[in-house]
Amino acid sequence: MEVLLRNMKVNQKGTVIRINCEGEVCRRIRDIGISVGAEVFVTGRAPLYDPVALKVNDTVVTLRNSEADNIYVEVKG
Amino acid sequence: MSALKAVLAGNPNSGKTTLFNLIAGTHYKVANYPGVTVEKKEAKVHYDGSEIILTDLPGTYSLTAYSLEEVVARDFITTTNPDIIIDVVDASNLERNLYLAVQLMELDKPLVLALNMVDMAEKRNIRIDADLLAKKIGVPVIKTIARDGVGKKELLEGVLRFKSERKEFRISYGSDLDPALEEMEALINENAFLTESYPARWVALKYLENDVEVMKKGEVFTDVHGKLTAIVEKVEKHLKKTLDTYPEIIIADYRYGYLKSVLKDVVKKENEMERLYLSDKADKVLTHRVLGPVIMLAVLYGLYEFTFWASETPVGWLESLFGWLGGVADAALPEGLLKSLIISGVIDGVGGVLGFAPLILFMFFIIAILEDTGYMTRIAYMLDRVFRAFGLQGSSVVPYIVAGGIAGGCAIPGVMAARTIKSPKERLLTILTTPFMACGAKLPVYALLIAAFWPGNKGGMMLGITLGSWVLALLMAKVLGLTIVKGEQSVFIMELPPYRLPTLKGLLFHAWEKTWMYVKKAGTIILAVSIILWALMTFPGMSEERAAFYEDQIAQVESTVTDEEAQAAAVAEIENAALSEELRGSYAGRIGTAMEPVTQLAGFDWRTNISIIAGIAAKELVVSSLGTAYSLGEVDAEESGSLSERLASDPSWSLATALAFLMFTMLYSPCFVTLAVINKETGSKKWTAFTLVGYTAFAFVVSIIVYNVAGLIL
Repeated sequence: MEVLLRNMKVNQKGTVIRINCEGEVCRRIRDIGISVGAEVFVTGRAPLYDPVALKVNDTVVTLRNSEADNIYVEVKG
Repeated sequence: MSALKAVLAGNPNSGKTTLFNLIAGTHYKVANYPGVTVEKKEAKVHYDGSEIILTDLPGTYSLTAYSLEEVVARDFITTTNPDIIIDVVDASNLERNLYLAVQLMELDKPLVLALNMVDMAEKRNIRIDADLLAKKIGVPVIKTIARDGVGKKELLEGVLRFKSERKEFRISYGSDLDPALEEMEALINENAFLTESYPARWVALKYLENDVEVMKKGEVFTDVHGKLTAIVEKVEKHLKKTLDTYPEIIIADYRYGYLKSVLKDVVKKENEMERLYLSDKADKVLTHRVLGPVIMLAVLYGLYEFTFWASETPVGWLESLFGWLGGVADAALPEGLLKSLIISGVIDGVGGVLGFAPLILFMFFIIAILEDTGYMTRIAYMLDRVFRAFGLQGSSVVPYIVAGGIAGGCAIPGVMAARTIKSPKERLLTILTTPFMACGAKLPVYALLIAAFWPGNKGGMMLGITLGSWVLALLMAKVLGLTIVKGEQSVFIMELPPYRLPTLKGLLFHAWEKTWMYVKKAGTIILAVSIILWALMTFPGMSEERAAFYEDQIAQVESTVTDEEAQAAAVAEIENAALSEELRGSYAGRIGTAMEPVTQLAGFDWRTNISIIAGIAAKELVVSSLGTAYSLGEVDAEESGSLSERLASDPSWSLATALAFLMFTMLYSPCFVTLAVINKETGSKKWTAFTLVGYTAFAFVVSIIVYNVAGLIL
């Protein structure tokens, strides 16, 4: 099932299938290691549900929901 | 023999700074890169008969020239042409760390990889075949554990051995981009277009990536620039049509693709996704949606309490030291202008700055702990949503708290603490609004006014002032962000590094270097300002006629009043009256009097005006100069009871005046040391002038409104 990273739940896992934008935001997203094919695991959400923290390539990274809106994930399970 | 130029590059959190400190020891200099406020560290290292000049570049994930750090790192590498680049990579996270390495290699500079924190990786069951990695990417790889001092020798040997090795490095970017890249490369080589500074293929890649910096440099050569952009446009159109994507996405994907193939046999690990590390376990509690903020508040409160508790004694020592120095000068020098200059101008001025040094030291020590353990990023993560509503970000909370968000802080370390904010716009907004907080020097002013006008509700008023400061700072940030603070909507994408135990040495390094910078820079400026202020409040001095008049009065009292106590009291009263008159006649007093017709709109008379002027130098001077102006002599900021009574009974003061003055104190220009620090941290005279003039004008307008509205209601 394909969902936006914003809509993933804590402890959900998936594979990045599309990062749909250009410019600084998307470059930063890739620079930090979120690339197409990367496995992501949502480890937590900040108190107000935003930003989101996820594990990718063994590191925990965090980004705002507005930025997560560019990332499409194929969710497992 | 000329020195070897080496630079240290790498991702944030890769242990780069620890490695730098290990190699450099304590023999390094900290400065800023020319024109920007990014810190630059440089050290001379002697090894095996060679001299190596090592520069620590800012930590970056990439060389895309979007963030200031990236521009600085890239420019430094291309303009200074180092003999070798040491790229520090975190062994536990090779793929992303090597993403930067690929970009460094494409610059065709000699490169050595420092495979750092291999022990941590091994603990996580990640095994890396360093030799195979070196063979595959064609770059020497040296294992290091910077924290334990492992690998220093090997790395330095590597630097000397591999310095001349310069290999061309190219990877394929696929059937859509490769032909275009080749065409552009040929065109660039033919015309020697920017090839003085950059390799041809790299320039071509930057054009495909839409790199503004490089394209701006290329624009000068309209002909080639036009041809290149035409090729790029064609590729872009084609990609949009066939794959619905952009060249820069393809480039990034191919870089990661290349790295995946490189790392295939190099890295062997268990399926890490399933494992819960200690750090993740800690995060389950420390960043828990409910528990996390509670713990965070406790931590921040503890930080604040510790800083002020621990620095109290050394600050006291320094105060006594300067008090003693003042005493010595008092005894040694003859009465007169020189004595007054040395004591009131130099010793008090410099003492005022150095007195804060222990506070700054402890502050930065604590901040270093928060940063080095990795907790700072968690604070930013948890609070980001709240602060974003005002155009700030999660990290802004630390400067606010340090500056007096919990009443009694100090804006100087507060402004300096804003360094932890990476995004330029949010950092500037934080720096500009941090001084509104209720700092320790403003408290006596608030206490004075509360004691005089709201004696029944001291605690409530103080709490109200503290909360009011937060509201004003946040609203000001919002307004400034929407109007004059330019900059793009920032990106908040960052790593939450695994929790680490910081080393004491590292913490002391961090704390000390920042404290020393403060002492050096602020010390020189404040000395000059302090002397100017002294001159304003001293000259032109009382006319001989008036001085004789007061002397006569004293002589009269001494001859008529026999009771010793009564005599001393009467003499002191006359002396204070003389001081008050002298202050009114001084340049500062004349300015204050001249301002009266205007400041009367807010209910401020000349006495208040002088205290406002003095408060720009240091807020501590507000209470003491009011004391002098009201003929009470020098009033200690901590014991202002008599001044409170005086203000409460003075016909020129009303509830409305007090409220207006309270607002004014909250909002107007920060003190001179803070201004100096703002100037240093923003690197801009414009913003410094804005906080001095703009805020003072704003504060005045607010005071006028408050005075008039309150006058109607109260």
